[in-house]
Amino acid sequence: MKQFITFVRKEFLHVLRDRKTLLILFGMPVVQILIFGFALTNEVKNATIIVADQANDDMSRELISKIEASRYFEIERSVSDPHQIVEAFKRGKIKLGVIFPAGFTHDLLHQNQAQIRILADASDPNTANMLTNYLSSIVQDYQSELNKTMTVPYRIVPETRMMYNPQLKGVHNFVPGVMALVLMLVSVMMTAIAIVKEKETGTMEILLVSPFKPFLVILSKAAPYLILSLINVSSILLLSVFVLDLPVNGSILLLFAESTLFIITCLSLGIFISIKTESQQVAMLISLMGMLLPTMLFSGFMFPIENMPLPLQVISNIVPAKWFYIIVKSIMIKGLGIQAIWKETLILGGMTLFFLFISLKNFKIRLS
Amino acid sequence: MKETVIKTDKLTKRFGDFIATNEISFEVYKGEIFGFLGANGAGKTTAMRMLCGLSTPSSGKAEIAGFDVYKQTEQIKKNIGYMSQKFSLYEDLTVLENIRFFGGIYGLTDLQLKTKSEELITQLGLASEAKKLVASLPLGWKQKLSFSVAILHEPKIVFLDEPTGGVDPITRRQFWDMIYEASNRGITIFVTTHYMDEAEYCNRVSIMVDGKIEALDTPHRLKEQFKSDSMDDVFYQLARKATRSDN
Repeated sequence: MKQFITFVRKEFLHVLRDRKTLLILFGMPVVQILIFGFALTNEVKNATIIVADQANDDMSRELISKIEASRYFEIERSVSDPHQIVEAFKRGKIKLGVIFPAGFTHDLLHQNQAQIRILADASDPNTANMLTNYLSSIVQDYQSELNKTMTVPYRIVPETRMMYNPQLKGVHNFVPGVMALVLMLVSVMMTAIAIVKEKETGTMEILLVSPFKPFLVILSKAAPYLILSLINVSSILLLSVFVLDLPVNGSILLLFAESTLFIITCLSLGIFISIKTESQQVAMLISLMGMLLPTMLFSGFMFPIENMPLPLQVISNIVPAKWFYIIVKSIMIKGLGIQAIWKETLILGGMTLFFLFISLKNFKIRLS
Repeated sequence: MKETVIKTDKLTKRFGDFIATNEISFEVYKGEIFGFLGANGAGKTTAMRMLCGLSTPSSGKAEIAGFDVYKQTEQIKKNIGYMSQKFSLYEDLTVLENIRFFGGIYGLTDLQLKTKSEELITQLGLASEAKKLVASLPLGWKQKLSFSVAILHEPKIVFLDEPTGGVDPITRRQFWDMIYEASNRGITIFVTTHYMDEAEYCNRVSIMVDGKIEALDTPHRLKEQFKSDSMDDVFYQLARKATRSDN
């Protein structure tokens, strides 16, 4: 045990001494979160919209003031003629137009149902989709407020003109995505490089000649990266909660437990790569091309998997990040518990065991 | 009666059809400086790796410090030190950290580590460099430090694989003083080298050609046997018979 601690301490010295790499490791998640975060949130907050209130009655005005009050929208102006909305779109100034047909309150009170029409600027489908969804949920809130005292419920039916991405994807989904990416990078690549480095410099030989158990060599090499990765998870979560206002809806403990599992998956992958390669460059290349690229492509973080051709959908199943992404999204955004993600957890656990098993099997205690 | 610390009997290593080490048999005695010579590709490193437990022999027997190379590699590892051709300390750690680390993985206690490292640093005259990164040391010092680290845990045998490659003659001389000193303390030295003046420093020398040991005796008697006045010439007479090309 004491030998193990000696070894782990030495690994930390390696990591801490390499200041530049350390800076990148800790700085990277921060920068990524901020870049992704502000690139997306600035779009969403205070989007300029235009309102054509043809009804101009109590309820339409009340609803408009609700929209105005939300931090997502800023009503640029009100027009009476819906055609002016189209004009405004053409000038590219507004993101969204809302039309209240004449007799809005009347319809609602007498027929228990009224319509509004939402027009979205589809040149940026993601933003358009987000905004229509936000607007619909404001309408829905208003509707349930009205319905509190009602026996026959009122229904306000928003009719949206642009139907993209109906499942409200890609709002804050980048946080789980960045998490998967960063952990992949730190755990897979750094571990692989750290172990291969010992092979390259010849120190591995010295370690194998020593009575120190080869299995412990691997374990102690991986230990600092587990801790580094956990620090990265924390900094990403802190940023997303305090800077991006994206709360963790589910259990934080569960989130950390799942992250630890994914980190171990990555570490075992890194160990596997390091066993199969002989130089740092090759290890880095394989980590980047073989791990990072599939993570970007197949985790569902950048490109929706449902839209891919079937063969690619099948391939996506072997990418560990895909499962982690689903897990984090479920915990963070949907606030679900373990009963919703046990299947994904099991898959990740299985992958980890698989890679650990073949790594240990392939790790040669004797060099030849 | 001389105590035998290394004993091999027809030790062989095959890689497919290629026989890297072909039935070598020899004995090395306690406290001896044993030179293990041979041209590149003669099979020295392979033989040495088998003796260190880094490589499993294909056939034959070998005992290191009384332990079997097939079954008792763990015990062997505790009793040997090893210094490889490549410089093998951590360049991004300081002198002191390297000593502590290698002492630590050999299970030395904190107290032992403390006294040992102080002793070593004064011995090597590295007092002012103790907290500097190893990368900043000149090669000669690195090699001397490497050797000191390899015998830090007082092994019975230390294996040195071309320890003085690329080092200037003065440092080499100093390095050999350290080897003598260790040998006087009873540590057996098993050393490979390409420098024939170093071969003269050894108590006994074996010369490998094409995987076999072609000669084994004291440098003095080898020179008599091959009727030459230098080890250089003895080596040349044997090595030119080699049919294997480099590597």
